[in-house]
Parts: sequence; structure tokens; C-alpha cells
Amino acid sequence: MTHANQLTIAAARDALRKGELSAVDLTMSCLTAIDAGDALGAYVHKTPDIALDQARAADARIKAGDAPDLCGIPLGIKDVFCTKGVPSQAASNILAGFKPEYESTVTSKLFTAGAVMLGKLNMDEFAMGSSNESSCYGKAVNPWKVDARHLTPGGSSGGSAAAVAADLCIAATGTDTGGSIRQPAAFTGIVGIKPTYGRVSRWGIIAYASSLDQAGPMTKSVRDAAIMLGAMAGHDPKDSTSADIAVPDFEAALTGDIRGKKIGLPREYRLDGLSAEVTALWDKGADMLRAAGAEIVDISLPHTKYALPAYYVIAPAEASSNLARYDGVRYGHRAKLSAGDGITEMYEATRAEGFGKEVQRRIMIGTYVLSAGFYDAYYNRARKVRALIKRDFENAFAAGVDAILAPATPTPAFGLGEMGTTDPVEMYLNDVFTVTLNLAGLPGVAVPVGLSASGLPLGLQLIGQPWQEADLLNHAYVLEQAAGFVSKPEKWW
Amino acid sequence: MSIDIETARRVAKLARIRVAPEDLPELAGQLSGILTFMEQLNEVDVTGIEPMTSVTPQRLKRRADVVTDGNIQAQVLKNAPDAREGFFAVPKVVE
Repeated sequence: MTHANQLTIAAARDALRKGELSAVDLTMSCLTAIDAGDALGAYVHKTPDIALDQARAADARIKAGDAPDLCGIPLGIKDVFCTKGVPSQAASNILAGFKPEYESTVTSKLFTAGAVMLGKLNMDEFAMGSSNESSCYGKAVNPWKVDARHLTPGGSSGGSAAAVAADLCIAATGTDTGGSIRQPAAFTGIVGIKPTYGRVSRWGIIAYASSLDQAGPMTKSVRDAAIMLGAMAGHDPKDSTSADIAVPDFEAALTGDIRGKKIGLPREYRLDGLSAEVTALWDKGADMLRAAGAEIVDISLPHTKYALPAYYVIAPAEASSNLARYDGVRYGHRAKLSAGDGITEMYEATRAEGFGKEVQRRIMIGTYVLSAGFYDAYYNRARKVRALIKRDFENAFAAGVDAILAPATPTPAFGLGEMGTTDPVEMYLNDVFTVTLNLAGLPGVAVPVGLSASGLPLGLQLIGQPWQEADLLNHAYVLEQAAGFVSKPEKWW
Repeated sequence: MSIDIETARRVAKLARIRVAPEDLPELAGQLSGILTFMEQLNEVDVTGIEPMTSVTPQRLKRRADVVTDGNIQAQVLKNAPDAREGFFAVPKVVE
């Protein structure tokens, strides 16, 4: 039997409009699942009172015939979004106790559309990480489990991915700076789209790397991603980088017709040591798109290999600047001072206590690459390489490619505590297929396509042209239909 | 490029993050590892390439230079660890 919390946005929307289900009942169903799902570590601040208030208001709107698509749909919100009066910490101790006096543009748009907030979701601290292990709240756990080990749901949007995959919400918000929507989506068998840079307002989202950060939906289907992206996107005068471009009807673009489209397979993504399983999945995905009438072509993105090192200069540089504001003065944690401590001691002790180890490392790397004498050698060089990476994609699109198909991750979900414990770079390699898009500002969507030999979900990634999310989602829809991925994790929690 | 303990101490100071002296060697090792990873960028020919400033080229929007917000002192101070008499309070800066 299907419980209401297992519904997609599309199915719940239709049931709500037909009066077969109330928003309050749907919300209660999610709240019950959330309370039974504490072992997953997905929710870090539950907001049942807000949820039920919003659900009652949604029911009134639906009854009055004024129901946008998301009216009455219960969502989980990543902790990186500022939500008025509700703790918003980006999973960092340095923001302990912080309750914003304002609402982020994305959550504000979602609530205006009638969405219901179930609570705040776990993540890597300041969205820096690929396993959700660097969170002040503790780990989030993947609902997929095939042996005695607990697996990572991926990161940084690990709580969002776990919550969607385990039906602890109908859908969730995520943010993606180097792969933080797409990698966790792939690790948990769900759909996640990072839109074109500038499509969704960043206002009120706690910043990591401002030139790369972009919010997007994490959902149970491509249709849901289309519906929710439509509600999140649009120009915002409060974010000067948000584009004043009309938001199309993404759901209406899901025609399932990609005949005559040209799909590129970048040869540089066939990494040495890429598992046979992932290679086979990629080939299978290409076959599916070919069978749907698309033409598959080999393309070259020659600077691919330099994307990760460029990212790990640019993102920490921006982070060191963005995170300078956490000084124990205006909000969050302030260290207890000893007699005679001045303001410098206060800053240093506050930041040492408040930031986790990975955040401290990235701030210091950023400080180093921006410091006198190294700015040109590291930061400017990385920005030049970034321009070349973007040009690679522009050349491919100029040659007539409509979308690019690639793996989402090099492996299925790995065990918690197994990666990057001695060498931080090992963890960084998780983002090898996703980080290029952030550098180029392009939209990308992860779609679940199959299971690994061990029984874990594997996803593929489709990459689109700037502002062409509608077309991109249609390609993803075709892939989703052809793959027919319906597996769900077996409930153990 | 390898980071020695003295450089690690200097970077931590610039970043205003207190690092205990006994933790500096491990930190220096990790920062060196990350920088070594970045050295791959030196293989790329970047002659004549402009550093990217904006991934989606656009002219920033303009608006009239007028006050559009304000009179929210209580909200601004609400989350401060120490706010007194309408100010953020910090340890004594000037003797």
C-alpha cells in the first residue's frame, strides 16, 4: 500500500486538487515518517508546528480553487537556506543559535506557492564535503543499505537526498557548488538538478563560493524536478547575479520527444580506472537515448582534467572571503574569553571553535592562494583555466551538440568513514564529473538509471546549454522513462 | 610547493583561526598535499587567456540611489552574542 509520504509532487498535487487527500493528512504522513526516521540523521531541526499551519492554509487555498502546483506539498529545506525564526546554521557550530530575521528568496517563493516546510535538513558544514560527514549535527545516513555498513548519502546535500529517498518528505531543496545536488541524488537513487548559474536567486542562502553556488530541487522524479524548479527560479532584485530571463513552463517541456537531438559523450570522462560497471551504465544510457531517436556523438572537452584543481583554488578563495563574516560579533558563536584577551584573540578563538576541520582547511587554502605573491600563480591561473573549461563546452555546443551525457559519480555510495580520512584530496575526487559544470555555469541533472552489482543506485548526468533547463529536463525525462528505475531502499531504520 | 610550519602558522594567523602549535605540522602537511594537487594547473597553456570574472556575462542592473530599507535596529542586533544599548559589543580595542 502506498502511504501519502511516498507520493511524488505530481501525484500529490493531483490528489490534493481532486480532494482525495488533504494537505494536513499529507503533512502528517510525512511528519510520522520523519519521527520514525531519526536513524537517518536527515532532519536537524523539525518544524511540525509551522508545517501544520502551512498545511491548513494550503487546504483553504485548494478549497478556494487557488492552488499553485506546490500548494500543500511538504518539503524538506537544506539547513543552508535562511528561514525566518527557524535555526539556519549551514551545519556549523559557528552559527549555533542563529535564527534569521528574514526569509531566503527561494523558501519565500516556495511558501508563496503554498509549499509546506517540514524542517531543516542535514548537510556538510558550509556545503563543503561529499559525504555529509563534516556536519556539526553528525552524519546523515543513506537509506540504501546492502550489508552491515552504513553508507554515505553523499554531500553536501546529504540530508536532502536521504530524506527524499526515504520518503521523509515529498521533495527537498539542495544547493550545488561542485556537485552537491547531483552526487547525493546519484548515491540515493533520486533526481537532482543544478540549474544554470543565475537561474535561481542566491539571496538568503548561506554562501560558500558565490560564483559557483546554485540552488535546485531534489525530487523523486524528473517531472517533480521540473515542477519545483519552476517555483524556485526567477529574477530577484536582491541577487545581482540572478538573471532577468523568463522562466518557462518546465513541466510542459516534458514531451518525451528527443528525435534528432545530438547528444555528446565527452571522451575525457572515460577516466583511467573508471569501473566497468559505471562505463557499462554510461553506454546503456547512450543506447537508451539513441533508441529514442537521438544521435550520439563523441566530443572532446580537453581541459576536463584541470577542473578539480581549478575548483579547489577558486572555491576556497571565495570561501575564505565569504566566511570572514563569522567573527563572533554579529551572530552565532562567540568563544569565552580569558582575562586580557583582545579582539584578535576573540576572532581567533571563535573561529577555531566554531569551524570544523575541513572548513578551516579551505579557509586557509583560500587565504594562501589570495595572499600577496601567490595571487597570480594560483588564483588568477585558476580563473584562466576556468575560462578554458567554459570554452570547451561552448565549442561542443557550437558544433551542434544539444546535451552531454556523462556519469554522475565515479562509484556508488561508499561507507561512512571510508573516504578521505587521511588525505582530503581523496574525497575531492568524488566531484570529478560534476564540478566542470559549476565552473562553466551550466545546468546539469542527475537521473537514477540502474543498480550496481552490490544493489546500490547508480546515476547518469545530463548537461545542458545555458538557460536550456527545459530542454535538458526533457532529455532527462526520456532517460528516466527508458531506464524505468523504480527501486526503493528496503526500510531498516 | 610545500608549506612549512612557519607558513602554516602565518596563514592561520591571516585567516584569524587559532591553531595549537602541536597541530601545525599536520596542518602544513595537509595544505601541502592540496597545493600539490593544484600544481597540475601549471601544465595548462594560459597564454592570452583572460581570467574569468563572471560565468554568465551580464551588465549589472542599476537602480536609483535611494534608501530602500532601514529602521530595523532591533532585528539587526537580535542574533548578536553581545549587544548593548543599540551597539554590537566587543572586547576593548583601544586602551
